[in-house]
Amino acid sequence: MLRRAVGFLDERTGAAPFARKALRYLFPDHWAFLLGEVALYAFIVLVATGVYLTLFFEPNTATTTYHGSYAPLRGVEMTEAYKSVVDISFDVKAGLLIRQTHHWAADVFVAAIVLHLMRIFFTGAFRKPRELTYVIGVLMLLLTLPEGYLGYSLADDLLSGMGLAIGYAVALSIPVIGGNFALLLWGAPFPGDETFWSRMYIAHVFVFPILIGTLLAVHLALVASRHHTQFGRRGRQSERQVLGVPTFPGQTPRSLGLFFAVAATLFLMGGLIQINPVWLWGPYHVGESTNGAQPDWYLGWLIGALRLVPDFDVVIGDRTLVPNPFWGGALFPMVVFAALFAWPWLERRVSGDRRAHNVLDRPRDAPWRTAIGAGFLTWVFLIFFAGAADRIYVFLGISYISQIWAYRALVIVAPFAVLLVTRKVCLALQRAEAIEAEQEEAEHEAERAAAEPAVTSRG
Amino acid sequence: MSGKASEIPRAPGFTCATAVAISVVVSLALLAQPAPGQPPSGIVHPKNQRGMSLHELGEQLFAGNCASCHGSVGQGIENPRPNTGAGNTTGQGPDLRGVGAIAPDFYLRTGRMPLTSPGEKPERHAPFFNDREIRALTAYVASLGKGPPIPRPRPHGQSLSRGLDLFTDHCAGCHQVVGEGGYVTDTNVPVLDHATPREIAEAVRVGPYLMPSFSKRDITDHDLNAIVAYVRHSRHPTDAGGLGIGHIGPVPEGMVAWAVAGFVLVGVCAVLGSRLRKS
Amino acid sequence: MGFIGRAFLRLLHALSKAFAVLIALLHTVRPRRRQRIVAEGEPSPRWELAVIALLVGAACFAVMFIVIYAADWRRQTQLLGLAIGGAFALLATALIIASKQLVVSEELEEEYPEVGDPAEQLNVTQIVTETGSRMTRKRFLKGAAGAAGAALGAALIVPAASIGPVLDTESLYYSPWRRGRRLVDEEGRPYRATDISNTTFYTAYPENVDHEVLAAPIVVVRVVPDRLDLPPGRDDWAPEGILAYSKVCTHAGCAVSEYRKPLFPPTSPQPAFVCPCHYSTFDPATGGSVIYGPAGRNLPQLPLMIDDAGDLRAAGDFSGPVGPSFWGVRS
Repeated sequence: MLRRAVGFLDERTGAAPFARKALRYLFPDHWAFLLGEVALYAFIVLVATGVYLTLFFEPNTATTTYHGSYAPLRGVEMTEAYKSVVDISFDVKAGLLIRQTHHWAADVFVAAIVLHLMRIFFTGAFRKPRELTYVIGVLMLLLTLPEGYLGYSLADDLLSGMGLAIGYAVALSIPVIGGNFALLLWGAPFPGDETFWSRMYIAHVFVFPILIGTLLAVHLALVASRHHTQFGRRGRQSERQVLGVPTFPGQTPRSLGLFFAVAATLFLMGGLIQINPVWLWGPYHVGESTNGAQPDWYLGWLIGALRLVPDFDVVIGDRTLVPNPFWGGALFPMVVFAALFAWPWLERRVSGDRRAHNVLDRPRDAPWRTAIGAGFLTWVFLIFFAGAADRIYVFLGISYISQIWAYRALVIVAPFAVLLVTRKVCLALQRAEAIEAEQEEAEHEAERAAAEPAVTSRG
Repeated sequence: MSGKASEIPRAPGFTCATAVAISVVVSLALLAQPAPGQPPSGIVHPKNQRGMSLHELGEQLFAGNCASCHGSVGQGIENPRPNTGAGNTTGQGPDLRGVGAIAPDFYLRTGRMPLTSPGEKPERHAPFFNDREIRALTAYVASLGKGPPIPRPRPHGQSLSRGLDLFTDHCAGCHQVVGEGGYVTDTNVPVLDHATPREIAEAVRVGPYLMPSFSKRDITDHDLNAIVAYVRHSRHPTDAGGLGIGHIGPVPEGMVAWAVAGFVLVGVCAVLGSRLRKS
Repeated sequence: MGFIGRAFLRLLHALSKAFAVLIALLHTVRPRRRQRIVAEGEPSPRWELAVIALLVGAACFAVMFIVIYAADWRRQTQLLGLAIGGAFALLATALIIASKQLVVSEELEEEYPEVGDPAEQLNVTQIVTETGSRMTRKRFLKGAAGAAGAALGAALIVPAASIGPVLDTESLYYSPWRRGRRLVDEEGRPYRATDISNTTFYTAYPENVDHEVLAAPIVVVRVVPDRLDLPPGRDDWAPEGILAYSKVCTHAGCAVSEYRKPLFPPTSPQPAFVCPCHYSTFDPATGGSVIYGPAGRNLPQLPLMIDDAGDLRAAGDFSGPVGPSFWGVRS
């Protein structure tokens, strides 16, 4: 039976040789290598739940009155977009489950990409011949940020509407072209013209997913083409020989198991833990705002930056040249991503290492890279935490103004401190290993010497 | 080589990590604000309260606990000067003549008064006086001049959508749209979970500390009832989606995404993959 | 016939018997097996049972999902999530166990692909260069092709400018406020000067204008007139000490919806508007100047006047453009 099915397909597609190669492709075995898969599976859940949501969401800002089952909003005027999201949450069966799963999947997707990126960075997997794979990966990360932002802004609730205003301000703040750029995107001064919402919608459900999906396919093809990297063990793994588990039968149940574990986690969260309860926030109005408004976590680094930059616009006379949000909202992320994109070439330049590498470094084996990476991460993380300083104040009572000053000092000092400490730790770990290796050598020598019969003493 | 087992040096990472952790905890502790407390001399409770009339009790309580800042007849003290009575507070406090019963009832029942020092931020606290003492003090202060009585809000049957609309317009900027509290430059804004309908109505009319005060012209009694109904409802907002995790949106959501999915999914990866073993 | 015939018959008989035996032998002898590609593994019947149980469990949970969907129970979202999440979790567990116990764990080796194929690289380069060898004016052709490509690319992208008024940024200065426009509340009721107390703040809109225009919402407060310290030229902007400012923060566009009003000024921070997004703090008494927070530009002030009926009206347009700052905006 199986033979006949395989025969049918192969005769019509010529796929058997490829399938045979693919089925026995070897995956080096390490838990950290599965983080990229977690991201991939979260993306699949995103697309599946997203398609479902498109069947019910109304990307339209015409005003309407709510008459659904959530009492505190009955009789309230709101846009069709907001109303459709409240309807999905209360009046479409399984609607809230799918909506929440979709939103949790987005948060987890970006988190998985970040973890995966950290693994790639700290093990040096971005080196030749995989620089292109790495660049595509960073590009995907860059694309997921606006994709998620657009996604939760589509609901037109009070929180995300405030977020759109801030996005508008950041676009405006770009020197010279800011006004033109913001007007291009919004079609008119904030809150934008009548087509803005459907443009956001098309960008979110079509343009960005296609871009990310295509890049993902290329990324995976490149990974397979250049083959996965591996850690070097003494003996069988090397720059020439890859040691791993074949796709079939070994890797398939593991990958499938991971996929269903990701799906399970996301659906359990989607059903049991509330996320973005837009019915509580109410619809967005230009003249309204609420305390405690925050963007989704993957944009938290930007709100932190916006709060930390001291109050100045760059002015000449009374004309503003560089409005305040530019530094934290636009320049900061540009610098971070420029650094990420450029890193493989920066490292090549500085280290002089232009060889191809199939064997990974353990973080301790590359002290400078690990230290710089740790310092850089510290910088970004501190700015990220600064974004939640007001909730820390509400929760722990630590003065907001003091926190801001403390963070301003820390973001300058701490990365260097972490860099130096990390480098020391790596070197110390290396030394400890070297000593241990010497000891083992010595012990083996001793054993061998003891096992040998009558050793003739040398002169 | 001798058989002496040399110690493998402990990676300085361990001691470094501990040092970092300790300094973080210490700096957090240093940055934390001191908790509000009673007046340094302590609350004065007159002896033999049973034998006193309400007015007498009120007078004595006022003299012992309030006059140092509010003046001996509640006239207020604009410029701080050393207290002549018990304790060593430098007295400074607003004029209480004409504040009526509403203000003292609010401040005393929510434990925001008495303050330890004039510059201290009033914060919610267990009341420092028992019910009879509060009634006595309230009656006394109300007697200092004609002022508004304690309001009697009627939140039942009010429209929650009207309440949400009013609350968003007047209150959400500081208190957060479901009353989870917040920040205004130089002070925090309280969470509204513990406020009773009477306290909510009192706060709206009094405008304690830095809060704006809304007269009947600004917010009618009818609208105030709707606001009270909404605030009470928002103690337990509709959590159709499951665990509410704080009702303030992305900050706890991000933490949950990293903690739950991070632990669970990285854990699954760890179960699936092998560890880096030295062969 | 006779002896030879009988011998022949016996030979035939023997041969056919031998042949039959041979056929039988051939049937019992197995066909020679292909060499194994996948390694052999010991069976684990107990784990097989476990996996079967888990798969059946997953099926049950999935059925539960369908049942819950069809029913009308409370806490639907939670029950549905538990059902489908449980089904996936059991399926995942089954697969993970299968991966460890039911399929054979192979650890194989193979060679990494070559980094680059120099021979083919040379071929590709050669194909391109040999093609080019026919052309005599390569540089010009390349230049012309480049120009055509660039220009066509630009031409194809340019219609995107129709998305928005890219070249004209005048609309960023738009405001619906005019001299004489009445201030109304959210429901459209006019504000009278006597409505404005000095203990709270009010949100107002221009009469008969869409509230969702960025420059529409304003905050109105009353300040004791001798506390006022407005910039020059604004002496008559605050009749009776009533001030109006744009409600949209000049930092990043959130509505400035916090107001600090001290009950006892000697021990409290001064009155101020605060924006809840990044806590830019503006002083109404000094023309909306920034006293804390990241905003770099003062809050635009709207001049007010009180008409004969006692209603509040705008006495002109804002002191500056409303909303977040941009290149060239005047403070």
